[in-house]
Amino acid sequence: MWEFLIPLFAATVQSGTPILYATLGEMMTEKGGVLNLGVEGIMAVSALAAFTTSMVTGSPWLGFFAGGGAGMLMAALHGFVCITCLGNQVVSGLALTILGVGVTNFLGVPYVGLPAPGFDAFDFPLLSQIPVIGDIFFQHDMLVYVSFVIPFIFWFFFRRTSFGLHVSATGEMPAAAAAAGLKPIRLRYFAVIAGGFLIGLGGAYLSLAYTHLWTNGLSGGRGWIAVALVIFAFWRPGRAVTGAYLFGGVMAFQLRLQAMGTNLPSSLLLMLPYILTILVLILSAARGRRIDAPAALGTNIEPEG
Amino acid sequence: MLKIRKREEPWKWGALVIFLGALLFSLAVSALLLWGQGKDALQGLNILWQGSFGHLWALEGALLKAIPLFLCSLGVAVAFRMQIWNIGAEGQFALGAIGATWMALSFPNMPAIVLMPLMFIMAFVLGGIWALIPAILRLKLRVNEIISTLMLNYIAILLLDYLVFGVWKDPTSFGFPMTPEFSPSAVISGIAGSKVHWGLAFCAVVGVGLWAFMSFTRLGFELKASGEGARVAKYAKIRYGMLVMLVMALSGGFAGWAGCIETSAVLNRLQPSLMVGYGYTAIVVAWLARLEPLNIAFASFLLAALRVGVENLQLELQIPAAFGTIMEGMILLTVLAGQFFLMYKLERKPRSQD
Repeated sequence: MWEFLIPLFAATVQSGTPILYATLGEMMTEKGGVLNLGVEGIMAVSALAAFTTSMVTGSPWLGFFAGGGAGMLMAALHGFVCITCLGNQVVSGLALTILGVGVTNFLGVPYVGLPAPGFDAFDFPLLSQIPVIGDIFFQHDMLVYVSFVIPFIFWFFFRRTSFGLHVSATGEMPAAAAAAGLKPIRLRYFAVIAGGFLIGLGGAYLSLAYTHLWTNGLSGGRGWIAVALVIFAFWRPGRAVTGAYLFGGVMAFQLRLQAMGTNLPSSLLLMLPYILTILVLILSAARGRRIDAPAALGTNIEPEG
Repeated sequence: MLKIRKREEPWKWGALVIFLGALLFSLAVSALLLWGQGKDALQGLNILWQGSFGHLWALEGALLKAIPLFLCSLGVAVAFRMQIWNIGAEGQFALGAIGATWMALSFPNMPAIVLMPLMFIMAFVLGGIWALIPAILRLKLRVNEIISTLMLNYIAILLLDYLVFGVWKDPTSFGFPMTPEFSPSAVISGIAGSKVHWGLAFCAVVGVGLWAFMSFTRLGFELKASGEGARVAKYAKIRYGMLVMLVMALSGGFAGWAGCIETSAVLNRLQPSLMVGYGYTAIVVAWLARLEPLNIAFASFLLAALRVGVENLQLELQIPAAFGTIMEGMILLTVLAGQFFLMYKLERKPRSQD
């Protein structure tokens, strides 16, 4: 039993990590009042940017930050269309996904199947010695350990810093924030671009640590799962962790079942995460916590004059 | 310095100017992309143009691709009008194809006059049900329909895979995932021997029918009124919930018909290559057409022509097919950004104020 469960839980943490980065990134964006449905496209583009950067420079760390940078650029485009040009947030996000998937399928062709230096797992000093916990959480690559810290920073930023409060104010009542002397437009740009950075790190994780190679369709719906998880998490980083690992668990479990050669057809197994996404949305709706959503989410700030 | 001023009256030709501007801008960026790939950009654009509008075969191909796009987009637009974000045309298209195939494989010996309607009915029903699931989830549980329709796309495509890889697989296909070929009575034929098939006439009927429904019936009027949102609709004593279900069923049914026509007239069997993203392009079409049926006809032809042109580019210059997807995304983003100028204009700020 344990020899099955412990590797399964360890795999859960690993496959939950890209989803965790992306979920926190989307949460950051939405905290500022902007809905970004481009997560899937951003993850794809940043995965490619990370992969090619790591391949050319030989440094996976540079690749990791290149992924974040690509995410920031894509998100800035969304910000420009929605915040400055007042475009519809839903449609702009969809367009961003269409664009991002197109760009990766276009530019990624020469890189399919090539190797690039990625992140390898190592035992975290001391902590990996703890029985069970160490096996599950502390025998991974560096990016997993980084992802453990980010939810705490996220929480601290929004709960304990005034800048974080200002950002959530523009997500709640931009007009009031402006009246209080804040700059809602700039704050929204910050939320969108910082969120894009985190989403980009999630994309980078996919190509640098999860697969170590580049293929088309690498994000495989994880971006959409992240959007759903923000609702499930009621815009709280702690619950984002739970949600991400829930999905990581289902993906790891499904892969293991396939590897064990079950009689279930693989296409039916592959449906599991998508069905679970709908179930998770039903569950969070049943809890009826919609009040937690930033009040101005999805609405643009009209300029005066 | 520039100052933003709200327009007192709408800019009459604005939408058209913005659309053309977006098209030009995207073409310019595409030329840059071609150049970046080490190709002759001007030659590339010429091939794109020739492949889209320059030959009779190109126009024929565009018309063929416009048929599924038009139906999917019409469905998407009906839902968008009520501010229901149906992003699930792709999945509803797949379910329509599955429904039609189911009938075609079950009753191969039936005469076309019975089988064809059966295929269309089943395609509409399955496509409609696929769209009703998110509608009901939204009404009863307030589940976000953007995500549920999207997830159902993934599920539908996997369901299609499951069927063609297993249950419905042609035993003589040498391991390729495809169903047996349809019997002649399950195949939509070409108009007067051309490649363009009777699905085109079907589209015309559906388009006119929807327009008449929206213009002349009470239900159509209520539908337009509920576009202002649930609260306005309730104020006008409109049964909002019922309308949402109706609209989503129609929306999914139309996409289902597109799937039925594409399987029956073009592939003559069900296979995974059916899914080329018409459902996602339909969103681009609907938005570019500002949700108007007649504009949708034009926009779907335009984007279908673009697809044919990109295929040509792919053949002649070995440019990946994703080039077309990039252009679609870019046109949509630019149009969205450009809509700013429909509501506002930029004016030079008088100096004395500084």
